[in-house]
Amino acid sequence: MTKEKIIIAEHLTKNFGHFTAVDDISFEVERGEIFGFLGANGAGKTTAMRILCGLSNPTSGKAMVAGYDVATKPEFVKKNIGYMSQKFALYEDLQVWENIRLYAGIYGMKDKDIAVKTEELLLKLGLANERNTLVEALPLGWKQKLAFSVAIFHEPAIVFLDEPTGGVDPVTRRTFWEMIYEAADRGITVFVTTHYMDEAEYCNRVSIMVDGRIDALDTPENLKRNYQAKNMQEVFYHLAGKSTRKAD
Amino acid sequence: MVSCHSISKSYDKVEALKNVSFDVGKGEIFGIIGPDGAGKTTLFRILTTLMLADEGTAIVNGYDVVKDYKLIRNIIGYMPGKFSLYQDLTVEENINFFATVFNTSLEENYELVKDIYSHIEPFKKRRAGKLSGGMKQKLALSCALIHKPVVLFLDEPTTGVDPISRKEFWGMLRKLKEQGITMLVSTPYMDEAALCDRIGLIQQGKFLTIDTPENIVKQYPNVLWSVMGKNMSALLKDLKMHPQIKSAYAFGDCHHVTIADNQFTPAALEKYLSERKHENLVIKVIEPGVEDCFMELS
Amino acid sequence: MHQFLAFVKKEFHHILRDRWTMVILLVLPILMLILFGYAISTEVKNTKIAVVDPSKDVVTNAIVEKFKVNEYFTVAAYVGDFQQVEALFNSGDIKMVLVFSENFHENLMHKGGAQIEIITDGSDPNSAKAMQGYASSIIADYQQELFNITKVPYQIKPNVRLLYNPTMKGAYNFVPGVMGMILMLICAMMTSISIAREKETGTMEILLVSPLKPVYIIFSKTIPYFILSLVNLTTILLLSVFVLKVPVAGSLFALITISLVYIFVALSLGLLISSIVSTQQIALLISGMVLMLPIIMLSGMMFPVENMPVILQWFSEIIPTKWYIIAVKKIMIKGLGFAAIYKEMAVLAGMGILLTIVSLKKFKFRLE
Repeated sequence: MTKEKIIIAEHLTKNFGHFTAVDDISFEVERGEIFGFLGANGAGKTTAMRILCGLSNPTSGKAMVAGYDVATKPEFVKKNIGYMSQKFALYEDLQVWENIRLYAGIYGMKDKDIAVKTEELLLKLGLANERNTLVEALPLGWKQKLAFSVAIFHEPAIVFLDEPTGGVDPVTRRTFWEMIYEAADRGITVFVTTHYMDEAEYCNRVSIMVDGRIDALDTPENLKRNYQAKNMQEVFYHLAGKSTRKAD
Repeated sequence: MVSCHSISKSYDKVEALKNVSFDVGKGEIFGIIGPDGAGKTTLFRILTTLMLADEGTAIVNGYDVVKDYKLIRNIIGYMPGKFSLYQDLTVEENINFFATVFNTSLEENYELVKDIYSHIEPFKKRRAGKLSGGMKQKLALSCALIHKPVVLFLDEPTTGVDPISRKEFWGMLRKLKEQGITMLVSTPYMDEAALCDRIGLIQQGKFLTIDTPENIVKQYPNVLWSVMGKNMSALLKDLKMHPQIKSAYAFGDCHHVTIADNQFTPAALEKYLSERKHENLVIKVIEPGVEDCFMELS
Repeated sequence: MHQFLAFVKKEFHHILRDRWTMVILLVLPILMLILFGYAISTEVKNTKIAVVDPSKDVVTNAIVEKFKVNEYFTVAAYVGDFQQVEALFNSGDIKMVLVFSENFHENLMHKGGAQIEIITDGSDPNSAKAMQGYASSIIADYQQELFNITKVPYQIKPNVRLLYNPTMKGAYNFVPGVMGMILMLICAMMTSISIAREKETGTMEILLVSPLKPVYIIFSKTIPYFILSLVNLTTILLLSVFVLKVPVAGSLFALITISLVYIFVALSLGLLISSIVSTQQIALLISGMVLMLPIIMLSGMMFPVENMPVILQWFSEIIPTKWYIIAVKKIMIKGLGFAAIYKEMAVLAGMGILLTIVSLKKFKFRLE
């Protein structure tokens, strides 16, 4: 059964003046896939992600996300995706349930649905007693888990995660990934960037960006075999170590 | 060189540090390993005299952090998180400024920072804000080092930086060790622990253990197996349900599994899993790493 | 010393590289001066008035002529009875009506006094008052002329007279006010924001953990803004004298000295604010709202303090700008020198020293 393609990127390029941040990348992501998007700092990952989220216009090339063209219909793209980053995910000075309510409302969920799903979510995360707690008072691990749940609260076709487990303790990192697995099983595509190379192994397929290009895209097993590496860390060193883009 | 005695610190109702004590010898690389919120930054701020502890004492190079703070501030180097640099000054201007603040100059101590600075020297006229994460890190380190400090405090210098730059960075730190500089480095990355002389695992304001990485690993109480199979996600679920298995965690390309009953053998596990239609099974007894130890202790 | 200079140099880099802030700091004073000097006038020029003159005699004509040539008024309608005027008045076209009584000349000559009703549009009380004032003084003028010729003290209206600003030029009032405001804005606001920025970006931590004495950090932050203020002071004075035609009637040296003292006060206010805030946003809010608002309202630059409730008058005593404006007016408009302003000088110097001591004491050399 051929699965629906959630992301179709064709010759996507982004220039800032003379500088080519994203250099002619093309790839596809299927529904329900966990897709790892790796690369060194400055390789162009963040720029590429912003284009796919409808936050930035490509200089040339095309990208369809959740069935919409990011250049011509970015607002439709935004409605159908979820987003979570390490730097910001929730409003620290709002309570837990207020954050859920806020984002659910932003994504156009109906009041009735919101109420029901909020209860379910709080129970599932074990936060039923913390619904009135300010987010800033929660430990980091709980914050990240809550942030992820809020990002997929409206059951989007795809969720973009930008280094979601940075600085989180090892146990919570793993429970977080269990949540990612669950979401993928439900049919939500997960597009994730990370600097933890062991997490790259959890992905169905991984792409590695170097100097704006995608230099490798395959399953972790195939990549390890092709580069004769023991683990994804070695694959990464092999590819990203060749980068010529040192300072940007 | 650095010693802490029963340091405690609270903000509002949160206890950031609870009764923390440890020592660091001269020329050691001491790693403080733990997740965000564990208390690492608070500890550093107390040691660098930027904050006062509620209880306890701390000594840096023989000086008390409370009474002799001015003396301490002359001899330490500090790299706070977020590479605090002047974004709108160039690389050159940043390093010259910090050198002058410490009554020295780039020329005077060039040899000391050369290994690190040479990577960014080609970009010396570029504004610091326009550098990549790895480059900012190197610049921040150079600025912290430029006055040849006796003790270097690095608060999460590798956070948010890609693995390659991280590896390079630790290589630079080891070279600095050869110059006799004592270093305290905090990081959330468990794999960096192995690169330190001694480490302290910290969680929620308390040290879980303080020792060399090897000793910590030796003290790991469980038998540890790695398990690989075709469908890792389903495999993990089945592993967790097995009564003889104490804990099962994903560890990248394999799962780490601890055993409740010493009688249980890998062969028995393999049989159990095959019955559940798992293929390509590889089960090995392995040595624990620092991450396994941390998870066991926390 | 070496370190201090390095610090000052760094501060200049920051300021000069922040193009937008530079533009605002240098262009804003010019804009404000021009705005207040020309555009925003609480003066009322070319106000349309109507004249109701049932007498139409020599005297009324003479008085109406005076109104016609005066730049503040334009006689838009000249009619015989009030009904005709009512419609115009109601539609808002005219703002004031002069109503002469009947047999004006006769009454003046034979009874020794005649009446003119001045009806102004009260919906804008400030303008109304101003217009009434101008009108009264024009009439009083005529009355004076008449007296000079006939030596008979005919009474027409009460007398309005202003010392040192007989034409009531608004610019005389505004230039000192704008000077006070601009200098306070630049010094207090920018200094406090600059220090707050170091705290926000985390570079303050590194500076603290260094041999650099905190005193140096503070003073190096104030130097660039001090110099910028001098530039602005020069620009404002040049503009006032040559474009707005407000002269410096008194001692220029005294003016510069009192300005320097005032700048010192403003800088130390900036330091005080920065020692209590942790983010640039709060620094901006406090210097903007908490500082500027009382200055605009209570320093006397827009509204006369003498007319305010007593408690506000007491409050205005502690606003440095009020003292500065008084001193500047004495020098620029009354043409006085050092001797006249030593009270203001002493008050400002005292404020400056007090504020500096307090901010130095409050400067946190640790992070909490």
